Amino acid sequence: MAYSDKVLDHYENPRNVGKFDDSDQSVGTGMVGAPACGDVMRLQIKVSDAGIIEDAKFKTYGCGSAIASSSLLTEWVKGRSLDEAKEIKNADIAEELALPPVKIHCSVLAEDAIKAAIADIKAKREAS
Amino acid sequence: MSDLKFPIYLDYSSTSPCDPRVAAKMAECLTLEANFGNPASRSHFFGWKAEEAVETARREVASLLNCDPREVVWTSGATESDNLAIKGVAHFHSKKGKHIITSMIEHKAVLDSCRQLEREGFELTYLEPSDTGVITADAVEKAIRPDTILVSLMHVNNEIGVINDIESIGKVTRENKVLFHVDAAQSTGKVVIDLETMQVDLMSLTAHKTYGPKGIGALFVRRKPRVRIVPQIHGGGHERGMRSGTLPTHQIVGMGEAFRLAHEEMEADNRRILSLRTRLLSGLEDMEEVYVNGALDARVAANLNISFNFVEGESLMMALRDLAVSSGSACTSASLEPSYVLRAIGRNDELAHSSLRITIGRFTTEEEIDYAVGKIREAVGKLRELSPLWDMYKDGVDLDQVQWAAH
Ligand SMILES: Cc1ncc(COP(=O)(O)O)c(C=O)c1O
Repeated sequence: MAYSDKVLDHYENPRNVGKFDDSDQSVGTGMVGAPACGDVMRLQIKVSDAGIIEDAKFKTYGCGSAIASSSLLTEWVKGRSLDEAKEIKNADIAEELALPPVKIHCSVLAEDAIKAAIADIKAKREAS
Repeated sequence: MSDLKFPIYLDYSSTSPCDPRVAAKMAECLTLEANFGNPASRSHFFGWKAEEAVETARREVASLLNCDPREVVWTSGATESDNLAIKGVAHFHSKKGKHIITSMIEHKAVLDSCRQLEREGFELTYLEPSDTGVITADAVEKAIRPDTILVSLMHVNNEIGVINDIESIGKVTRENKVLFHVDAAQSTGKVVIDLETMQVDLMSLTAHKTYGPKGIGALFVRRKPRVRIVPQIHGGGHERGMRSGTLPTHQIVGMGEAFRLAHEEMEADNRRILSLRTRLLSGLEDMEEVYVNGALDARVAANLNISFNFVEGESLMMALRDLAVSSGSACTSASLEPSYVLRAIGRNDELAHSSLRITIGRFTTEEEIDYAVGKIREAVGKLRELSPLWDMYKDGVDLDQVQWAAH
């Protein structure tokens, strides 16, 4: 399989790899995928009281395109409001990374991950 | 200091390069000045000379297997040999019975031939291997029915390199008057084959895994007791009617020379290759969560199939771009397909996805193995740092208890 330069770049130098403490009230966590399917993404966002994503971290078990999709996503969400972040579409990720059709599911997973992280922080806020 | 050439070839079970001595012999069979004739031309010198080269090669192949040269039928490779053996026997003996026994971990050439026979009304039993990857004579005996006509099993598995005990299985099939076909594509030059003592009726062979060219192989068809098959390719009646088509002298000469060298050099090759595999394994086995797939003690020296838990196979291959190795997951579609061989020996999807098949050959060097060890350790380390599963494992989370949001 041939990879685009952008996928290779994110794969070689993944951005924002890591983990926030999930018990922190300002952290939203989205974990999507399943090991048996060959990819699991964990995306975490750190959100200010004003609802702005100040920082983001990820870890991904998956192919190079899955790693690149989640790495790119962490770059894109930083500085956005939760509502803006929710607007990120898998097609934009796929286009930016020039993913081939068989890898579109990686970008879908990334979109699922940010939606799940946003839902998580909203649930946390409502609960507190 | 280093004279490594990249990428490093460690995929000898997929195919091997031609030995230069093989290539030299083949080159002598192509041009006007050389031995280009049609071996079937009976009326002139060119045909006679080509026929002589073909018969010399047939003797070399027979000599590696310890059989009669007249039992060797040229084909285009092991895929064709498997098709000819399985369909040929089934079509000849269908009045006697329609039951065939094979295993879940055969090569696709065998499995797909069997699937075709199922569509034609034959009944198949697919034996499950042990968790070490072996099919036992006992399992074969238990599966034999009064209407069983054929047992088809591989000698050496292409993915995990595990060796079946062909001699014991052959005793069972012979006692039960069932024909026995063995796919030996992966065993020539790696394990001793003795068709005097192995009660095998048909054996598939190929040249390109034993330093010969691609596109040539053979089927051993036993004469005593005589095995009858229905040909699958019709034409000029070559190869005693079992396989028509003009014989490709250069390919056959290549296979003959490759098998001659295998006969001569197998012991020395195996000794050297085993020491390289030991070096490779000892360079990797002290890492956490690594698993060798299949029995280590009943395996050809050339093969190491190993899984690195919590690392996904395709990203691992991507990190190992300067190593040419195989992965146990074929991620060609949205749904990753883990190796059916690893699944059949009881590996879960994750371990199957994270496997590498590293196969060593005649031209592999110690320096290449050391480089591979370093690269693999580095890649696995990097990908585990990126892996949420590794995090969870390190935190003591039981991954089997997690409710995954499957997609
Ligand atoms: C066990 C086994 N059988 C059959 C084949 C097919 O052989 P060929 O490539 O000669 O058709 C292979 C190799 O691909 C193999 O490993």
